[in-house]
Amino acid sequence: MAPPRLVQALTAWLDERVNLGEIQEFIRHKVVPVHRHTVWYYFGGMTLFLFAIQVCTGILLLLYYRPSAEEAYESVQFIVTEVQFGWLIRSIHSWSANLMIATLMIHLFSVYFTQAYRKPRELTWVSGMFLLGLALFFGFSGYLLPWNTLAYFATKVGTDVAGQVPVMGHLLTRILRGGEDVTGATLSRFYGIHVAILPLLTTGILGLHLFLVQKQGMSVPVELEQGGHPPKTMPFFPNFLLRDLVGWLTALAVLAALAAYFPWELGSKADPYAPAPAGIRPEWYFMFMFQTLKYIPAKLGPIDGELVGVMGFGLGGLFLLLVPFLDRRSGRGERSPLFFWIGVGLVLYIAVLSVLGYVAPGGG
Amino acid sequence: MPWKWRLLLASMLAAPLLTLAAVAGAQKLPEDNACIQCHQGLGDARVTPPAEKFAQDIHLAKGILCQDCHGGDPTSFDPQQAMSRAKGFIGRPTHQAIPRLCGKCHSDADYMKRFNPSLRVDQLQEYFTSVHGKLLKKGDQKVATCISCHDVHRIRAIKDQQAWTYPVRVVDTCGRCHGDPKYMAGYNIPTDVVAKYKQSVHYEALTKKGDLSAPTCNVCHGNHGAAPPGVGSVANVCGTCHSVPADLFAKSPHRKAFAAMGLAPCVTCHSNHDVMKTSDAMVGTTDKAVCVNCHPADSAGFKQAGAMRASLDGLRESIQGATAILDQAENAGMEISQARFELRGATDTLLKARAAIHLVDPATIQSLTEEGNKIAATTRTKGAKALEDLAFRHRGLWVSVGVILLVIVGLVLKIREMNQRQEREPASDRRG
Amino acid sequence: MENPASARRGFVNLLLGGGIGAMMVSVFYPVIRYLIPPQSGEPTTANVTLPWKPSEIRTNSGRIFRFGSQPGILVRTPGGELRAFSAVCTHLNCTVQYRDEKQDIWCACHNGVYDLNGKNVSGPPPRPLEPYKTYVKGEQIVVSKGA
Repeated sequence: MAPPRLVQALTAWLDERVNLGEIQEFIRHKVVPVHRHTVWYYFGGMTLFLFAIQVCTGILLLLYYRPSAEEAYESVQFIVTEVQFGWLIRSIHSWSANLMIATLMIHLFSVYFTQAYRKPRELTWVSGMFLLGLALFFGFSGYLLPWNTLAYFATKVGTDVAGQVPVMGHLLTRILRGGEDVTGATLSRFYGIHVAILPLLTTGILGLHLFLVQKQGMSVPVELEQGGHPPKTMPFFPNFLLRDLVGWLTALAVLAALAAYFPWELGSKADPYAPAPAGIRPEWYFMFMFQTLKYIPAKLGPIDGELVGVMGFGLGGLFLLLVPFLDRRSGRGERSPLFFWIGVGLVLYIAVLSVLGYVAPGGG
Repeated sequence: MPWKWRLLLASMLAAPLLTLAAVAGAQKLPEDNACIQCHQGLGDARVTPPAEKFAQDIHLAKGILCQDCHGGDPTSFDPQQAMSRAKGFIGRPTHQAIPRLCGKCHSDADYMKRFNPSLRVDQLQEYFTSVHGKLLKKGDQKVATCISCHDVHRIRAIKDQQAWTYPVRVVDTCGRCHGDPKYMAGYNIPTDVVAKYKQSVHYEALTKKGDLSAPTCNVCHGNHGAAPPGVGSVANVCGTCHSVPADLFAKSPHRKAFAAMGLAPCVTCHSNHDVMKTSDAMVGTTDKAVCVNCHPADSAGFKQAGAMRASLDGLRESIQGATAILDQAENAGMEISQARFELRGATDTLLKARAAIHLVDPATIQSLTEEGNKIAATTRTKGAKALEDLAFRHRGLWVSVGVILLVIVGLVLKIREMNQRQEREPASDRRG
Repeated sequence: MENPASARRGFVNLLLGGGIGAMMVSVFYPVIRYLIPPQSGEPTTANVTLPWKPSEIRTNSGRIFRFGSQPGILVRTPGGELRAFSAVCTHLNCTVQYRDEKQDIWCACHNGVYDLNGKNVSGPPPRPLEPYKTYVKGEQIVVSKGA
């Protein structure tokens, strides 16, 4: 497709000054392997697209939101009822957060099961795990900002769990909450974390992550590598990118539909002195941890049950973080059935516990 | 041991007590008053407490000491001198003598003016009109006198929250006798009144909601002139605060009917001591309603009760229905504060209708509830409109989705076209 | 062979171009509308601008205004001062009104009476009316919570 004259002229002007040639060459030669598992390649970009949506809708919300306990709820109510299309922006922001974490999980597990973390991509995996942590913290901090009853108590429970970390648990809770309890100070703090600290960290680590992906190209499943001949490829631009766009636009349509048909609730304004309502739940992506803690008995021998749970999650996270280094076989370019089945176990565990969180009667 | 040594020892023992009294926010007991100094120092269970308690008494604060009520000579440490009849010492006054003793000052307008010109001086007069006063004159030893309610030797100012007569504490003060069946045996008045009152809305308003204007024993029965209000005057007592129901009742057919049957207004339906929170269930024809206590099933009154209850129920339900729709719209993020504001008008008429029950006229009730129903209906419509606006968003959505689908279709066709071209010409048609 | 292919190509390009244009509009239209501040300017939970000019409020008169979904009462005292209170009666939440013949604030439901300081002086109300702050900015009256 021949580019229009204007674009050509602009490109030439820039090229004279910053030598666009290298970038153009890179893009022209970037290829994406085509095989049975190519479909999973789209999920990284999808997560990135949804993150971009978050940034845009988040910035728009910033223009009207007020981060104080007295005004937060009312400002969200204002956005949703008075500001033109405020309901759309807000609902898209809330839904897209959930969708982003869903695609992030799919991305994580597809990389895991295709062992794309193996050498030479260990750093990409590690930076990706940090991005997972950042995304979860984005979700946790953002959830409190509307300052409604559910969010208030979910934050209370969540920061209580943080207190279970050995040695620095109490200090950690105090730092998170900006005090001993969840108050307006917590709101201010979470706001700062959500709109400044996390975006800054994410920019850095995401930049690294994306740079590594460009530098090293896409990983192919082990069988294909071992096969001998190089896999079929398609050019990134325009073929893969157009397919990416199809996916992104589908996601956009889905988000708009969700915002119109399942608008995100306002809830009722948080009252710190009222008793906790029945059925407090965290968001679905924390549900499996929440439900696990419910099932662990209060004490296991001399140790607190919750502590055991938190340590368990910590170990699980650590395992995932270090998997490229633990999985020796993948380092050698071989399949590792052991890690495959561990992965299956993890997915099943997360799925079952999450479902139980919604379906199980009362509270364990 | 000589008297003076005893005094020295007593003073040393008294010193920590004085400190305690000072810490307890009381005043310093005068050191030159022999009555107090001796009585304190004696450490005797009968005579020492009055001296110690006196530190918190308002009379001490005003400079009125032991000798002003009991007589005697406060300057002498010699008991014979201090407590001599010649010096006016009366010792412990008899039960019968107490009112006149207090009244010696408290009925003297000239004297009381010096301390607080706005204090009343007719308490003694009132007292002798009360049941307590009348029984005292007949020689009753158990009946209440001034000190039964105001304490003795530690009489606190009326605004002091610890005073036995502070509104919140009055029921316990009266209840010390009136709630004790053993003590009250022989007087033939109910002793469950304290327990009943403590279940009432009035007690709740007083103690839990901090409304000091809520009635307690003395508000309805009088304090110094304490007597139960008779059947004819109960309505006046209740009507002092509850003027709207009282006025309406006076205009209703119930007034003559109750008077003819010797039934006390207000109390017959609402009770006197255990006045409970009212509810719509009190009106109507069910077994919880008060109407059926008098009106048999086939009577006109029975039918009217049913009609009034139906009006109230109808309005309550239409308000609930409108509220539900508004809640739904608000939860979905629609702006309905104007409608909510207007719905308050319906709630106002419901409250007015409930008060109007005392008129026992179904037509009045109906016209009030009809007005309320209209408002509820309008508000409900506004809520429904808000939900419709929500539906409008759905339509707008489909337009956008349609546009996006258009683009997706275009992209897919483009991809297909690209694939076909690249199969035909593998090397060329890269972006060049 | 060329013409149908290039015609179809033209069609696809048109579809794509038009579609993308329409999509851009359906994305940027809401965003631009969003950026334009709404009439009410700010959330009206903490303060509200009344629809009357100060000169319209006669002495010894009062009127009800809306503060969010709750009523408020604006009063000009016989002395000429502008005051505002919550119009929610502290007894059972009926809406109160101004009585010019008595120069007080009255609740019709159970005959509750408040003075012009909002203090409950007779009848069932257990507490005074919540006072608001009033500011006069030129031709506007602004009422805010938290006197």
